[in-house]
Amino acid sequence: MLKIAFTLLFIFSTSSFAADLSTYQDFGEKPGLTKVVDDLMVNLLANEKTRPFFEKADQVHIKEKLVEQFCVQIDGPCTYTGQTMKKAHKGHDIDTSEFYALVEALQESMNKNKIPQRAQNKLLAKLAPMHKDIINK
Amino acid sequence: MIKFSLLFIFLTLSNAFAIDTSGKLLLTGGVSQIEGAAGGGLTPWAFIGGYGTKDQIAANAFYTNVNITDYRLETFGALIGILDRAEISVAKQTFDTEDVGRLLGLGSGFKIRQNIFGLKVKIIGDGVLDQDSWLPQISFGAQYKKNLMGEVVKSLKATEDHGLDTYLTATKIILSQSILVNATLRRTKANQLGILGFGGDGNDKYKYEMEGSLAYLICRNLAVGFEFRSKPDNLKVAREQNWSDAFLAWAPTKNISITTAYTTLGNIALKDDQKGFYNSIQIGF
Repeated sequence: MLKIAFTLLFIFSTSSFAADLSTYQDFGEKPGLTKVVDDLMVNLLANEKTRPFFEKADQVHIKEKLVEQFCVQIDGPCTYTGQTMKKAHKGHDIDTSEFYALVEALQESMNKNKIPQRAQNKLLAKLAPMHKDIINK
Repeated sequence: MIKFSLLFIFLTLSNAFAIDTSGKLLLTGGVSQIEGAAGGGLTPWAFIGGYGTKDQIAANAFYTNVNITDYRLETFGALIGILDRAEISVAKQTFDTEDVGRLLGLGSGFKIRQNIFGLKVKIIGDGVLDQDSWLPQISFGAQYKKNLMGEVVKSLKATEDHGLDTYLTATKIILSQSILVNATLRRTKANQLGILGFGGDGNDKYKYEMEGSLAYLICRNLAVGFEFRSKPDNLKVAREQNWSDAFLAWAPTKNISITTAYTTLGNIALKDDQKGFYNSIQIGF
């Protein structure tokens, strides 16, 4: 009985302390994330709802920061060096349907890159609460 | 037949215009629940129907056919979602007693009809976006039901031909686990949704009933799950039991969703162990 308890304790302690890289690996690590973000930008520029926000922006810079941000959100070994979400979206009138259009563009890109559904939803779960700092209309 | 041609026209129109309602994400407007509210198949969800965001108005229409062992229930309805805050719905139900109608002394194939007017208002929370909080989306709703066969249901010892269901519903998508959880508390005295009237010789008081849905989001346009709905038991002559179903909901595009379920509805007016397929189509505008 005590043995089982110790074994369980061991399993719990290792699982909570060791960094869980499984979602990051599901995304194909840095190269996989880069492809997802590249395709995301293609989708954003193709959609008339999101295009105005990105067509004149520094796309290379945005993509670089998005890769960092997504990597951090899925517990990958990265550091986000970009602005806060609030600061980055200040001055842009973004409404709820435009926010969702971006989410859909990301879902399409993840589907195209065959990211497993559970890994997709783990990233979306981290990004969704940012609506408070992004939707400002 | 007319019903099906109407449905066909809807489908053709919505395809022809390829309406981009955009707004919310697929399936997050729910499908049409059996009484017309946005929800699962049996129970309302806290989500406001349609794909409209807080800046948009959205509408949809649905047709549901529940074909169980000894009966058939058809429901037609529509709803409007306003600014992702309120939802107004109407539904028209036709309950075909098939051969049992004769046993009930109503005649074979006798149909009982009922109209339902629904209202739902979101109180707090965003069950989709607020993934950093455990707070679900919570809505309050009401369904006014008027049975058009008052004398028939009163002959079965129902007290009234109309009633007002009120409910509090909480819904949350837990995206990191790809699941949706819903719980609804309903105050009602409806017998079999109201198809057998309201209140009766067994019990004539409003009672609280529990309803729930649990769904797994297989991918962004496909969900599988099950539902439960507890029921009052007011009529001495017609025992009423809890309902449950297992469902598959699919949204091939933003303006169409199709739900198939296998329902077990227990005893319904003289007949035990009623079960069968529930099929529903919803078209958004």
